[in-house]
Amino acid sequence: MTTPLVSLQDLSVQFCGSRKASALNAVNLELGAGEVLALLGESGSGKSVTLRTLLRLHPERTTKIQGRMQVDGQDVLALKGRALDLYRGGTVSMVFQEPGLAFDPVYTIGQQITESIRAHAAIDEAAARAQALQMLERVQIPQAKRRFDAYPHELSGGMRQRAMIALALACQPKLLLADEPTTALDATVQIQILLLLRELQRETGMSVIFVTHDIGAAVEVADRIAVMYAGRVVEQGPVGEIVRRPRHPYTAGLLAATVGTENRGQPLLAVPGSPPDLAALPPGCSFAPRCAQASERCRREVPPLQTLGQQALACWHPILPLAEAA
Amino acid sequence: MFAYIIKRLIYAIPIALSVTVVSFVLVYLAPGDPLNAIAPADAPEEVIVALKSAYGLDKPVPVQYGLWLLRAVQGDLGTSIASGRAVTAEVLSAVSNTLLLAGMAALGGVLIGCILGALAGYRHGTWIDRVATVISVIGVSIPHYWLGLVLTIVFSIWLPWFPAMGAGPGGSSEWLWDVEHLRHLVLPALTLSVIPMGIITRTVRALVADMLEQEFVTALRARGLSGVAVFRHIAKNTAPTVLAVAGLQIGYLMGGSILVETVFAWPGTGFLLNTAIFQRDIPLLQGTILVLCMFFVVLNLLVDILQPLIDPRMGRG
Repeated sequence: MTTPLVSLQDLSVQFCGSRKASALNAVNLELGAGEVLALLGESGSGKSVTLRTLLRLHPERTTKIQGRMQVDGQDVLALKGRALDLYRGGTVSMVFQEPGLAFDPVYTIGQQITESIRAHAAIDEAAARAQALQMLERVQIPQAKRRFDAYPHELSGGMRQRAMIALALACQPKLLLADEPTTALDATVQIQILLLLRELQRETGMSVIFVTHDIGAAVEVADRIAVMYAGRVVEQGPVGEIVRRPRHPYTAGLLAATVGTENRGQPLLAVPGSPPDLAALPPGCSFAPRCAQASERCRREVPPLQTLGQQALACWHPILPLAEAA
Repeated sequence: MFAYIIKRLIYAIPIALSVTVVSFVLVYLAPGDPLNAIAPADAPEEVIVALKSAYGLDKPVPVQYGLWLLRAVQGDLGTSIASGRAVTAEVLSAVSNTLLLAGMAALGGVLIGCILGALAGYRHGTWIDRVATVISVIGVSIPHYWLGLVLTIVFSIWLPWFPAMGAGPGGSSEWLWDVEHLRHLVLPALTLSVIPMGIITRTVRALVADMLEQEFVTALRARGLSGVAVFRHIAKNTAPTVLAVAGLQIGYLMGGSILVETVFAWPGTGFLLNTAIFQRDIPLLQGTILVLCMFFVVLNLLVDILQPLIDPRMGRG
């Protein structure tokens, strides 16, 4: 792999407002151009925090960010003022989980896309409107001309999410962040949105980081999966490898807790217990309190992330040893 | 939109009618006989009866109301018992003075309130927020007639910068746009602006602080919009609520300035109302109350019409 598009090195994020919490703990991630990475994990595992940190959306006064974060050759943590504004939406943009909450309710869809385009490119209103309309057509919104002048509340959830994608792609970003883009939608619409995202990714060749807790969705769109737990990446690798040969007990637990045809009729195997309090993480492996394999060492020392080729793993007692993928 | 405005206008009619009933009947519930003000205490019975029929006070109240309403619709609010002048003329001259005073006070109060509130909302939890909160709490809780007296003492007596009484030099009640008249306006307008300023500050502060927590504001920043552009979005989202609160405050200013107008001897509706009450001048009292209430009705109508123009989710349904 040549220089990656995204490179996170020992990225830690602490919230120090009224409640202290270590949301990310030394995360290491790399993403190549045109690659699709799925971040998988339970609520509170740091998936969304990673995305929001990539856009520096956390309130600066109460957030402490450490480590390095490079995107497209830029040191994101050093960006300021106009450069930061151009980076947001221009280099990296985001599709939010709830399209109903992520649009300004008092401006039309068209106005908001046009405004976004004009914030990044020096073109006049008419040209920006034409581009915005083109984007709406590109995300396959029927009667795009009419929807252009619609207010967000006048569209259905699926249409809103399509419009959100149009907005996010309006400035041809190199990296698209998708924060559970299908969670708020009903099942049939979910598949349509996933297919649309995959299609647009192939057309544009952009990279995508896709946050989900739905393994099915991850398999559908991603090249690679990174499993997160309590603000750490515990395992990552190519989709096939992760799904067929999980090495971390947590990944195995997540896969076992998925409804599929092979476990029909049997009780669902949930991972026992609940994620640790991010304000008081255990000294060793964060998963140790819920892990059947946990030993004394697991409770004492944090397992380092070991990398071999495309794969990485942080576990003292992996189910399978790390091996070069066939 | 046109149908919506028509509908709002039709809704306003029953409200306006009930307002006329209340302003007519309320005066009858108050103690005191209007004839006391005009007839001497030892007037013979025949004189009292003659006066009663002259003012129409011998007819049953519903009939009196009907006659009064019929004339009121034509712009005739009767004759002032005390001064003998047409109530309509007296009220209109007072209304223009009050409009001027209330307008200035509202302008200042809403403007300063919006600025302070936005600052406090943006700097939620910092010292700026606390200072703005203290100012707004003081503004809301200070009795404004007292503030008026203090301002008079400081800026009129200790420091002879502004006149303490009247709307113009030599007690003239005719307004002119010159420095001398404007100097008369400063103290009463300042006094009156303090309450709307406090209330608008608190409203805007809460709205802006809440808005900044909203997902769509995060999304706006994620699109790379500048701080100014994001503020424009926040302003448009808070505008409908601020407008509603400001409309109500302006309504209060129209009628609520009895004490302040009395303190500064400002020849407006409050001052007129005060005079009418003490002189038991029923036609004047009814006329003034009616006009003040109509202000509220019209203001609310305006706010109702303006709100959906800003926020597409409101009204029209």
